[in-house]
Amino acid sequence: MKLKIITLVLLFFYFGNVTAQVNPSEEKMKIATVKDLKVLNFNELESYLKSKDDNKTYVVNFWATWCAPCVKELPYFEDLNSNYSSKNVEVILVSLDFPKQIETKLKSFLEKRHLKSEVIVLNDVDSNTWIPKVDKNWSGAIPATIIYNSNKTTFYERSFNYEELENELKQFIK
Amino acid sequence: MKNTFKIAMALVVMLTTSVFTASAQGYDIGDIATDFKLNNIDGTEVSMADYGDAKGFIIVFTCNTCPYAVAYEDRIEALNKKYEDKGYPVIAIMPNNTDVKPGDSMEAMKARAKAKGFTFPYLMDEGQKIYPQYGATKTPHVYILERTTKGHEVKYIGAIDDNYQDASAVTETYAEDAVDALLSGNEVPEKKTRAIGCSIKV
Repeated sequence: MKLKIITLVLLFFYFGNVTAQVNPSEEKMKIATVKDLKVLNFNELESYLKSKDDNKTYVVNFWATWCAPCVKELPYFEDLNSNYSSKNVEVILVSLDFPKQIETKLKSFLEKRHLKSEVIVLNDVDSNTWIPKVDKNWSGAIPATIIYNSNKTTFYERSFNYEELENELKQFIK
Repeated sequence: MKNTFKIAMALVVMLTTSVFTASAQGYDIGDIATDFKLNNIDGTEVSMADYGDAKGFIIVFTCNTCPYAVAYEDRIEALNKKYEDKGYPVIAIMPNNTDVKPGDSMEAMKARAKAKGFTFPYLMDEGQKIYPQYGATKTPHVYILERTTKGHEVKYIGAIDDNYQDASAVTETYAEDAVDALLSGNEVPEKKTRAIGCSIKV
């Protein structure tokens, strides 16, 4: 019994110290990363994506911090990114947050969530021009996702759970 | 035998589902839109049939909780101010499931309409039966209808304009252009447009 209490106390101090020591530096690191957030118009986003390695499969998710179903499915995209990075898969999260909320809302959200996937802000009001370039059938509702590689492209105007997302991805990788 | 029956039933379910999904695409330009009888924020029920002298309608699927819808609130009100007297009133319909989005409840809709001074009806799509028939997928999503001998004909589907961020920087007023064209007896110049919006919550 005594031993248990001692262990608990020790554990408490151990973790207490770890949190106290690690968090500030980690926080600083994240802030530094978030500062580099790319804010692109659609043409810039398109050329950026085209400049990337064509041997990979890309999962591009359109989301925003204010979109509840988008925020709900973000962890599945994060898991997909880490579970399939060795299979040449890369997740890119394209945020449609309003530009005036990048500083006030998006950055703190990204800091809190420690997202590992690349986040890009798409700031382009002329959505009537660029939405059909992503997919001719996209009505403009988010969440929306496009999975593509050099052989195949599929667009999804829907929400996903992890299994559904993984099943879709599996059709792209052999 | 039992298994064959089960498989047959499963097939029937699958077929019905796929047929249903196909028909859930909604209206295209030229289709005749259904009328509705939905509860308004003032406690009355509203139908298009109630408007004896309307030439048509600006139907806006919108809500309280979507930032894009909120960004357009004043512009929806401005549309009603500009076109109600010309025969094209705005009717706003809130399509979300209020269990998922309590911020879109009838009480919340009343409060929002009062705070913003909406002069148009703000209806609850109770049971979510109307928006799928129209094929609305997001808020805001606009359908402009013209009253013809065939019924309420869909003349425009899409966005209000081309700048959700800044009303003063708008260069294309799609919805106004559509109504102006209808009022002057011309073809709607751009019949379908797209904009980002919040998915309708089911």
